[in-house]
Amino acid sequence: MNGTFAEHPEIAARFPDLHPPFDPRAAVVEANRCLNCFDAPCMGACPTHIDVPKFIKKIASANVTGSARTILEANVLGASCSRVCPVEVLCEGACVMHGREERPIEIGRLQRFAMETYYSSGGRIPLRSRPERKQSIACIGSGPASLACAAELRQQGFQVTVMDRRSFPGGLNTYGVAEYKLRAADSLHEVEQIRELGVKFETRKIDAGTLDHLERDFDAVFLGVGLGAMQRLDVEGVADAGPALMDALEFIAGYKTGKRLAVASRVVVIGAGNTAIDAAVAAKRLGADEVTILYRRQRENISAFDFEYEHALKEGITFVWEMLPVRLTSAASGLTLICTRVRTDASGRLVPVAGADLTIQCDVIIPAIGQSPLFELLQQARGVKLDKGRVIIDRATGQTSNPRFFAGGDCVNGGREVVDAVADGKRAALGIAQWLGTPAERSAATGTPPWLT
Amino acid sequence: MADLTTNFAGIRCPNPFWLASAPPTNCGEQIMRAFDAGWGGAVWKTIGEPITNVSSRYSSVDWAGQRMMGLNNIELISDRPIETNLREIAEVKKRYPKHAVIASLMVESKRENWHDIVKRAEDAGADGLELNFGCPHGMSERGMGSAVGQVPEYAQMITAWVKEAARTPVLVKLTPNITDIRMVARAAKRAGADGLSAINTINSITGIDLDTFAPRPMVDGKSSHGGYCGPAVKPIALNMIQQVNGDDVDGPPIPMSGIGGVSSWRDAVEFFLLGCGTVQVCTAAMHYGYRIVEDMIDGLSNWMDAKGFATIEDFRGLSLPRVTDWKHLNLNYKIVASIDESLCIGCQLCHIACWDGAHQCIHLDRVSGVVDGQVEVHAKPRLNGLETIAVTPIAKLDPPKPHVGPYAISLERIPRVDETECVGCNLCSLVCPVDQCITMVERSTGLAPQTWAERTASAADCAPPQVAG
Repeated sequence: MNGTFAEHPEIAARFPDLHPPFDPRAAVVEANRCLNCFDAPCMGACPTHIDVPKFIKKIASANVTGSARTILEANVLGASCSRVCPVEVLCEGACVMHGREERPIEIGRLQRFAMETYYSSGGRIPLRSRPERKQSIACIGSGPASLACAAELRQQGFQVTVMDRRSFPGGLNTYGVAEYKLRAADSLHEVEQIRELGVKFETRKIDAGTLDHLERDFDAVFLGVGLGAMQRLDVEGVADAGPALMDALEFIAGYKTGKRLAVASRVVVIGAGNTAIDAAVAAKRLGADEVTILYRRQRENISAFDFEYEHALKEGITFVWEMLPVRLTSAASGLTLICTRVRTDASGRLVPVAGADLTIQCDVIIPAIGQSPLFELLQQARGVKLDKGRVIIDRATGQTSNPRFFAGGDCVNGGREVVDAVADGKRAALGIAQWLGTPAERSAATGTPPWLT
Repeated sequence: MADLTTNFAGIRCPNPFWLASAPPTNCGEQIMRAFDAGWGGAVWKTIGEPITNVSSRYSSVDWAGQRMMGLNNIELISDRPIETNLREIAEVKKRYPKHAVIASLMVESKRENWHDIVKRAEDAGADGLELNFGCPHGMSERGMGSAVGQVPEYAQMITAWVKEAARTPVLVKLTPNITDIRMVARAAKRAGADGLSAINTINSITGIDLDTFAPRPMVDGKSSHGGYCGPAVKPIALNMIQQVNGDDVDGPPIPMSGIGGVSSWRDAVEFFLLGCGTVQVCTAAMHYGYRIVEDMIDGLSNWMDAKGFATIEDFRGLSLPRVTDWKHLNLNYKIVASIDESLCIGCQLCHIACWDGAHQCIHLDRVSGVVDGQVEVHAKPRLNGLETIAVTPIAKLDPPKPHVGPYAISLERIPRVDETECVGCNLCSLVCPVDQCITMVERSTGLAPQTWAERTASAADCAPPQVAG
């Protein structure tokens, strides 16, 4: 995991910033608008509990260094979170400005301003002064949960190795976030900051048997493995579709790494979650003429955030509601997808509506109907209990039913946001540190991390 | 429709808004444009032997993203020949006979110099004279400006010289850079001045560049104290004007032209309520141009119409009797803070302001249980938001946070006032960002009004404790 990454110029041109950054003057004006609430609701709404008024008022006082360090203290991935967080339902959703019918403080853009100003002027994650510790921890997966866990453990002096099967670290931050929100290059820059703390990164596929070795070689293991591939589309004729059927995450990773620069004319995305919208918008920007999102229920049932849906409409995506794909036929001229109209009955079940089938001609089908859990991998970790494919943990410490294993992020929560993974990873790091601490340290600890007491 | 025409110490003008003696009144061309914009009068940039200025000359204090809360200058009096200024005065008066043109004067402290300049200014057509005894920088080092205004005897002497020669009203402009502004005001009255104007600018250093360590405004690496003006100085000006306009020593108050941070009609009304007959404006015009006078006139007229005042004389000075010595304030008047829960947005600024900056009587205990009485804790406040594990909400999976109470904001975020401890200081209502959310309401103490003066007049209350035996 040491190769250099070069952004493809065509991808850069097709996926410019969705939200322009603040210029310094505008950032100060916006920072001054913040009321500096006491026990601010934005801070409580942030899964990583960034001290929002504190970092914002430091922007107002032209102390951007202090601002960025305030963010990093709570959230080591403060730069990427500032760009990918659904702030509308988090900090900005909690802003008291809503109470007086004013637009909330633009916390996300201010955070981005602080982080980018800091990093672009050579700022680093401040290294805490602490003694080195001998104990070592393996973090499996290199996504946000593992990065946050690794950074916090390293800050406490532990020896940490992050392992991932992919050639570049960062997990979905590098491979899965829409490029107009977070560039792969920016994700990798952030990972480099964590590497500079002294965290080791290895490209290593973890499979059956490997976990045994890890358990022998490391004092504790953090599972930040995320979820697996997109769930398979269970439709007659899928097997014949070949490369015209694409996994949404692979599709997104393909263009982000510059391997895919175009897509065929007619694209159908199945599912209406945030990933479905990322894939649909990407298809449009890669040159597709018609992009359709098929969803089996209605607009109000989609799991994508409202602003993602609005964004998709602006990009020219067509939504087709209450349609269930049932059969796919492949020919040289393209794919034919037969769908049945369905209604949701009072008990929430889908009921077919007779005589209202829809036939869609297309070239590419991208199912985005949720990721599968990594059953195979997780079942190798002996004693780690799962529930419906998710790792069961103690929420305050991240500890699993096998005390040497801790976990966080999508493999625990089933797929939430980057900031949730960061919070999980940090909580687990504090749990691990406490569990690995000397008996005195353990008895001094209250049982929960200090920031949860 | 309100009548704004003004007769100030015998100087007539269409409205009470004058431009103060400053860069906006540097030359005739400017003043004619100002009159076209609606200004009722202008005090000419101080006329005297031409000086040489430095660059730069101005610096300002910005606050919370707003420019020029306060402005500072180290510019001296007019750098133009006396004859040029006088010729232009004549031209302006010819073209604008109904507008007030006041000549601001400053010459060396010799009787004949003052006699000469007074005669020339009046011959040019000035409607009145303003004696610049206030300029706090540069000129004062040469024995003029505030060097005169800071010594009542000098001010009286020169005012008397001017009065010997003057046929038009003479205004004395007071400096605030003095311990008691009334001393010079009294001196002016004793010398027969027809009116006063106050305040001139306040000695200041506006700031220092943190990279070069040079104070602002910087002149080749150095600076000098300047004169401070703009919105920041208005409260100081109002206080000094009240002191002078409420002072009967050496005769009743004489007409006062109010100066100091007047930026809008509202500011002007405050100066009128403290007895001013006109106001003079500089910083606001330097910031936005002469056009600001339009709203000053319009806003003042509309306010007067709404209040039923036909002329400024109808309300001039109404607030003067409301200012008194502290010892005459009613000690038995009690107000307490009242929070309108339906307007509260839950910012809790009132709580922390009361907790850290006042009397620890605004609590966050509506849900945990109301406790009145004096607080004896010395611990960091518990922060509710950080006690929980927060996740990005997914509508299908995460129920919304429980909402307590009937108001838009959940009750645990709405602070509560302990009236038994509230001292009625106002701080919470000042920091509250929502208009009318925190109001101060009167609570009867059941006691008759009593002032400190009254209380100490009775020997029993103010006598020192008696030592037994």
